[in-house]
Amino acid sequence: MTVPPGGEEADESWAVGDRDQEQLPFTALLEDSVEDLYENAPCGYLSTLMDGRIAKVNRTLLQWLGYRREELVGHKQFSDLLTIGGKLYHETHFSPLLRMQGEVSGVALELKAADGSRLPALVTSTVKKDGDGEPLLIRTTILDAHDRRAYERELLRARQEADHERERLQRLATTLQRTLIPPALEPVPGLEVAARYHFASADEVGGDFYDLFPLAPGRWGFFMGDVRGKGANAAVVTSLARYTLRAAAVSDPVPAAVLANLNTALNREFQEDEPRFCTVIFGLLTSEGEETGFHVVLAGGGHPPAVLLRADGSADHVPTPGGQLLGVVPDAHFTTATLELRPGDTLLLYTDGLTEARTPGLGGRYGDEALLDFARSLAPVPASGAVAALTDLLGSFGEGLDDDTALLAMGVPREHRDGEETGAGPR
Amino acid sequence: MSVTGRKDGPVVVLAHGFGCDQNLWRLVVPELEKHFRVVLFDHVGAGGSDVSAWSPERYSTLDGYVQDVIELCQELGLGPVTFVGHSVSSMIGVLAVVQEPGLFDKLVLLTPSPSYIDDGDYRGGFSEQDIDELLDSLDSNYLGWSATVAPVIMGNPDRPELGEELTNSFCRMDPEIARVFARVTFLSDNRADLSKVSVPTLVAESARDTLAPREVGAFVHRQIPGSELVTLDSTGHCPQLSAPQETAEAIIAFVQGS
Repeated sequence: MTVPPGGEEADESWAVGDRDQEQLPFTALLEDSVEDLYENAPCGYLSTLMDGRIAKVNRTLLQWLGYRREELVGHKQFSDLLTIGGKLYHETHFSPLLRMQGEVSGVALELKAADGSRLPALVTSTVKKDGDGEPLLIRTTILDAHDRRAYERELLRARQEADHERERLQRLATTLQRTLIPPALEPVPGLEVAARYHFASADEVGGDFYDLFPLAPGRWGFFMGDVRGKGANAAVVTSLARYTLRAAAVSDPVPAAVLANLNTALNREFQEDEPRFCTVIFGLLTSEGEETGFHVVLAGGGHPPAVLLRADGSADHVPTPGGQLLGVVPDAHFTTATLELRPGDTLLLYTDGLTEARTPGLGGRYGDEALLDFARSLAPVPASGAVAALTDLLGSFGEGLDDDTALLAMGVPREHRDGEETGAGPR
Repeated sequence: MSVTGRKDGPVVVLAHGFGCDQNLWRLVVPELEKHFRVVLFDHVGAGGSDVSAWSPERYSTLDGYVQDVIELCQELGLGPVTFVGHSVSSMIGVLAVVQEPGLFDKLVLLTPSPSYIDDGDYRGGFSEQDIDELLDSLDSNYLGWSATVAPVIMGNPDRPELGEELTNSFCRMDPEIARVFARVTFLSDNRADLSKVSVPTLVAESARDTLAPREVGAFVHRQIPGSELVTLDSTGHCPQLSAPQETAEAIIAFVQGS
């Protein structure tokens, strides 16, 4: 036989059972008077007039709060029992909601006991109406919420800690990122340089990197690379790639040799671990006089091709076909290309975050061809103009831009002599 | 925003205060619509407003709300309006009138308080510590977050029927926004602006209001030159809910009076 529910709803047939030892406690339940049930219920009961004055209160609540009945009934309002914060909340939220809905349930409020101590409570109120449907009084039940409140406090603290940790992580990632890309690029006489880094996530260090640095009088090295993956593991590779490229360029600045050097370092360094790959374009700039421009030698390893935007308004890829991903095989092959950067020409390097951006309108990814069309619409353009236009383009991708993206543009400013233009890049 | 009521009547704009939305006016609107063209709106961040338009920069002072009210009146293009502001919106109304008096015909301040904090002889009803306690409570999310607002904002996986019901209910507000709005509401001090109000003004206070006690109503009345004071026989900070008939009558009498 199942145990019946509480006294007032008990089934009569249970009471006439023939087993005396079961009948006895049940009779006691039946004698649990309504009055006693109200006064000594395991929750506080409170009835107030519509203006908030307390009309009736049960013994449980009086005991919890340490008041005598005559101190409350007819003398105090319900809101007088609340803390200041609770009072403000009651006036601005609880009371209006109760008026509009006829009931408010499970609101967390703090009650103030006679001795000044506080009782965290969950408060539920309903409006009782008279025969004509006019509001007559407000019935309120008050549940002790000590434990629940303590639990909520724990949750809140855990959330604050998580927020704090997240901020710390972001600060760390930002700081680390700053060590991986130069805060400002080395000025090169006769060359305008612009760069941009779009971070896909504030929580993780991105895998893209670039640099531009002096090698010898009239000679500079530059690179743009992309490490597979992101986060701490990628940062380790990025860091290694950056200092290896710079160091290698000093000893032997031939671009294909510089890449071979990095490839060896990657293969040696990460042999045991899961392999670490990156794509890189490394270039060597040699000044041919401030008004003439630069001779550029590029070597590419698996990286999207650079784009040359010429003074005559044309634009083309600078292909380095067959260049292999770095860090995969010990004897990787790298392809070299040369070009002349003349006044009005701009050379653009980028990472595949740009060309791989999702663009529903174009059916999938943005792509190399779309970028080339975009470049043709820009040319001729100075480096800063190219980076600004591409930054706007990145912005237009919105959510479609889900990877880190780096941009580096180098352009030879046009001469400021009247209408006179010198030749463009290679033909 | 909604515009209802008599097309040929004076335009009355009703602005809700902290804690709720335009639903707060629901008991007085039917009466007001008989006489006026009634404009209802939710402040940005409250009720059915476009929450994405909210930013902590714009709305961390009353000025963001004031600019919204000015823009709303300009966009209405219905000529000077009577602005009825409840609670913190009464001060939004005061500031809007001071900035653009030409947009306003009359001003009704329902349970106004220019400052909730006691200061020298001025009795706002609360000490700075009291307000800090409220803000602490809100900051720690107890009052707004764990209680009525949470199921609305967060959904209520255990009791979907509750979430559903509350979502279509009243006084929705993101706890983050509520916190900033509470700060603006209870820490603003606009006592010095009252004397700059240049349009006919009604101060309608509640006889028993713990947030804006009668001393505060008297102060507002004294500071605004030529203002009228009405004490509504109501309890609490929202007489438009607890004494809707009387509140509506007071507004009607004032707007129709010369």
